[in-house]
Amino acid sequence: MSYSANEPSSRTKWGAGTVVILYAIVTLMPLLWIVATGFKTSEDAIAYPPKVFFEPTAEGYVNLFTTRTRVNNEDLANLEPAKTWYEQLVRDRGQVIAGPSRYSERFLNSIIIGFGSTALCMLLGTAAAYAFSRFRVPLKDDLLFFILSTRMMPPIAVAIPIFLMFKNLGLSDTHLGMILLYTAVNLSLSVWLLKGFIDEIPVEYEEAALIDGYTRFQAFYKVVLPQAATGIASTAIFCLIFAWNEYAFAVLLTSGTAQTAPPFIPTIIGVGGKDWPAVAAGATLFLMPVMVFTIVLRKHLLRGITFGAVRK
Amino acid sequence: MQNKSSSGPIERLAESTPDSIASKARGLSDRAIAWIFIAPTIFLLLAVNIFPLIWTIWLSFTNFRVNRPNRDIDWVGFRNYERILTDTDTWATMQATAHFLVWTIVLQVLIGFTLAYLINKKFRGNDMWTTIIVLPMMLSPAVVGNFWTFLYQPQIGLFNYVVAFFTGADPASFSMIGDVHLAPWAIVIADTWMWTPFVMLICLAGLRSIPDYIYEAAECDRASKWRQFWTITIPMVLPFLMLAVLFRGIENFKMFDLVVQLTGGGPGNTTTLTSIDLKREAFEKWRTGFSSAYAVILFVTVFGLASIYVKALNKVKER
Repeated sequence: MSYSANEPSSRTKWGAGTVVILYAIVTLMPLLWIVATGFKTSEDAIAYPPKVFFEPTAEGYVNLFTTRTRVNNEDLANLEPAKTWYEQLVRDRGQVIAGPSRYSERFLNSIIIGFGSTALCMLLGTAAAYAFSRFRVPLKDDLLFFILSTRMMPPIAVAIPIFLMFKNLGLSDTHLGMILLYTAVNLSLSVWLLKGFIDEIPVEYEEAALIDGYTRFQAFYKVVLPQAATGIASTAIFCLIFAWNEYAFAVLLTSGTAQTAPPFIPTIIGVGGKDWPAVAAGATLFLMPVMVFTIVLRKHLLRGITFGAVRK
Repeated sequence: MQNKSSSGPIERLAESTPDSIASKARGLSDRAIAWIFIAPTIFLLLAVNIFPLIWTIWLSFTNFRVNRPNRDIDWVGFRNYERILTDTDTWATMQATAHFLVWTIVLQVLIGFTLAYLINKKFRGNDMWTTIIVLPMMLSPAVVGNFWTFLYQPQIGLFNYVVAFFTGADPASFSMIGDVHLAPWAIVIADTWMWTPFVMLICLAGLRSIPDYIYEAAECDRASKWRQFWTITIPMVLPFLMLAVLFRGIENFKMFDLVVQLTGGGPGNTTTLTSIDLKREAFEKWRTGFSSAYAVILFVTVFGLASIYVKALNKVKER
């Protein structure tokens, strides 16, 4: 390697590495604790001192997906033998399964609303970003700033009239309403990010295509879209993560049918008190996909979180 | 960047072609396509953002209550605004918000910059560790905030245990979210844990944007490392740092999900940030007119502060 004034000595590197790795381990602790708690029994979860080593159990996950009732020992003895392992697990606790919980429903809602809004957002966002990038649009800078400014409003502040509007339109607590709302919230992100990605594609490609007799539309989807594929994919993942994590609108505008997982997970309770292993299990399943996506996205992370203001 | 399309040979050709032939050959005109592409986005944003904003402004001058829709709506002028600005509770809320804003930003900038500086020393595996550090930032604040209440439990909570382990205090003797003095710090700690990576990533981009030759030139001039740090590194990272502060400032001014799950605004009103207060007024007390005025004040504050800040940022960038 050639000499560079900026190349740190190996001792500096070693020291810097140690501090960063220590920080990483500390910062990872709460997340590891969520995953670990999900596999604990409720006694182990609230043990003192906190248990790092424990015998893993699927109890938290079973409790997450079921509702149970407590029965006394005589009634329990009179029941037929449990047919499945999870029924046995619940009975060992002096309970019987009363039915499925609403977790899978809420999880499915998160998937429907997340993917629905992402798809719509990409459709609208790509088109708008292309137009902003390539055409002379009157008041372009003002429009772009307007699109960005929609992000500055506190969600609770906009929630009042949206609550009224949804009530009048029959959109409250519906999937469609939430999809439209999240699409609008994410449009600022997708337009700004995608405009940046499309700006980077040389305009000469399209000009060549136009000379070859392509129409604008053909040039758009045969030349620009394939070139912007990586950008579109990473923007889509960002929109998905934001919709997936959103809480404020979800808690105010949904209750029964369209409620997503974030407002639901904190309300999980067991038989007689907060069931932390079940909460942790629910959180683990809900957070895992985002962790995977974050690792996939790591090259575009910076760009996404700054709305394209900082590109590496 | 602008008018890119009009400079190409195609455009010049197109301009000299009569419209009737041009439209046949090229389909819709560029202008029509531009509008078809942009209109849906603008329409949706008008419907979901601007229309509600105008509605909020209108409501803020009335005494409307959502839970009494049949009552006559009275025009009350600026009375809602007057009430908010003279209410001592509002100012207590503002104070809690200011405490939260200032400390989260200070801590996140200090820790975030230090981490970025160390990662930029390019030790082996720094990419992998960066990704690990970034994880908390991408997760659902409500779900994570809810779990932090578990970490903060007296005695059994991991946080209390670790603090007790290092300080020798009794882990059952303090409750981070139950104590009026500790609760404001509980939310600062959780937010700092979550968002420090954000500042770190932006600082890292800033540090990496500084070309090596500047340091080499400084080295030739025999500038000390200390001097290089203050006259090269800091000024060149400053615009990035300011951008990070802008983002964190706006986001934390809007803060709702993490804190509402952690403390719910309590104990008392010690962690009632403006968004939480607004939610109570609007969706628990159902004072729609009053809370609309509140929302307008918040929006004007964010927008005003952000605009001033962006001007300052641009000045720093120009330097």
